Amino acid sequence: MQSSLKIVIVDENPIRAAILEDGLREAGHVHVVRVDEMSHLLARIYAIDPDVILIDLENPSRDVLEQMFQVSRAVKRPVAMFVDQSDTASIEAAVDAGVSAYIVGGLQKARVKNILDLCISRFNSFARLRDELERTRTALEERKVIDRAKGILMKARNLNEEAAYVLLRKTAMNENKKIAEVAQSVVTAAELLR
Amino acid sequence: MTASQTRLRIGFIPLADAAALIVAVDKGFAAAEGLDVELVREVSWSNVRDKLNIGLFDAAHLLAPVAIASSLGLGHVKVPILAPFGLGVNGNAITVSPALYAAIAAAADGSIVDPIVSARALARVVAARKARGEQPLTFGMTFPFSTHNYHLRFWMAAGGVDPDEDVHLVVLPPPYMVESLANGHVDGFCVGAPWNSVAVDLGVGFILHLVSEILLRAAEKVLAVRDRWAQEHPDTLLRLMRAHGRAAAFIEDEAHRDEVATLLAMPDRIGVAPEVIRRTLDGRMKIAPDGTTRVSDRYLLVGRKGAARPDPVQAAWLYAQMVRWGQAPLSAELLAAAKAVFRPDLYDAAIAGAQPAVSGEPADGIGAFAGPPFDPGAISAHLESWAIRRAG
Repeated sequence: MQSSLKIVIVDENPIRAAILEDGLREAGHVHVVRVDEMSHLLARIYAIDPDVILIDLENPSRDVLEQMFQVSRAVKRPVAMFVDQSDTASIEAAVDAGVSAYIVGGLQKARVKNILDLCISRFNSFARLRDELERTRTALEERKVIDRAKGILMKARNLNEEAAYVLLRKTAMNENKKIAEVAQSVVTAAELLR
Repeated sequence: MTASQTRLRIGFIPLADAAALIVAVDKGFAAAEGLDVELVREVSWSNVRDKLNIGLFDAAHLLAPVAIASSLGLGHVKVPILAPFGLGVNGNAITVSPALYAAIAAAADGSIVDPIVSARALARVVAARKARGEQPLTFGMTFPFSTHNYHLRFWMAAGGVDPDEDVHLVVLPPPYMVESLANGHVDGFCVGAPWNSVAVDLGVGFILHLVSEILLRAAEKVLAVRDRWAQEHPDTLLRLMRAHGRAAAFIEDEAHRDEVATLLAMPDRIGVAPEVIRRTLDGRMKIAPDGTTRVSDRYLLVGRKGAARPDPVQAAWLYAQMVRWGQAPLSAELLAAAKAVFRPDLYDAAIAGAQPAVSGEPADGIGAFAGPPFDPGAISAHLESWAIRRAG
């Protein structure tokens, strides 16, 4: 599929912007420009003269884009929100995913809908990726704390590694806590008593 | 469909006039009404509007003109919004760079504390720059449908400056205002608290006017709900408004000011020093980096002087500004729809017996420093009295 649409991505998160750009290019959109510098945003957008603007909802500069709706001598042509009155499902999905889209001029709705759908799906995958990364990081940190707590117990109570872990697990079950929480208490207590 | 809803999500922007909402939740007034409120801090008015419109928020801290624009379908999707409770009257200020402040003072033929003197001085500065072939001055404001936009325009147009022809007006998110003034991207801005004070404290700006010097009474933020939600949850709305009424009274009791400033200053709320918030609530504004202060008992009204009771005259004035600057056509239907956004009847039903007669307020409900008194029944004639306007 070939596309001559010029698309601007306004996103201060370089990873997410790259994921989005890749997706758009795979779908045949070759004119994709990323903007991550927020000063003079309007001037930059006017200079690029895009057909579609995508912006993440965490970006305060979204309000700057709203100025393009205003008819004034500074505006080359009016910009309209893509999502119209009849399409609340799209706006809900977009806001939920954290992306907003604006189109310039009278683009065919179906063409822009494909772009927005793609953005929503990419934004959602990015969010999943971030969650997974967060979970992995947490798991890694928990493992480190548990290893330190095991070491402390092995030394203080003269236990082998397995027995130290069983003790942590039993205590966690009795106190209705996570093993990592009990391990953190052991580490903290050991530091206090040192 | 009168199911009582007790869990609410309410969006806000970190500004001092979110005070009643934040105190209602963090001081437990909402919980005392049986409401479990989650406050969600947002980064843009577009987000607040969209999330309120599609139902991700049950209520929101919203710019009064955005509530009207949304109800009239201006600039965006049309979703009828109600404003049953006013979160703040006044509270904005116009801050300019030290260079522009000096230029205005040098061009003035009187005290620039007087807004007509400062506006005419601005016109001379603008004309002199044009004659020298310099770039037009740039002013920041927060949103196309914002009080800040209208206040700046009202002030400068009264002095003979056409806000669309003679200067650039640009939208800037409030957290970027101070930096933009410091690095020269803008020469001045109109914004709410605490950002004017932040600019003064950093030595990059002078507060030229508290907007209460330009308009004695200007509706600023409202507690906004969808019309449909209000109809479906009348009992929840009643509780929410009662909690806000108690919060506003709590804030206006000077004995509570330190506690309120501390609550509002929390990192997940407004996130600035409590002292800066306190200045705003007290109306003791440091206006110059050298420590000069200006005291006003009208700077930010949260509940006192009848500020929490929505006044349809204010909605009509805001609609008149939209017409004056070409954002909306003039029609009796749109005027009626704009006025109907502000709902004193809902306020009166919720906050019983809370309206002692307010005296000393402007007769026309607005108290503008220039032009004839505002008459919501004769907007066309009112607009024709202005030399600088787009339409109407």
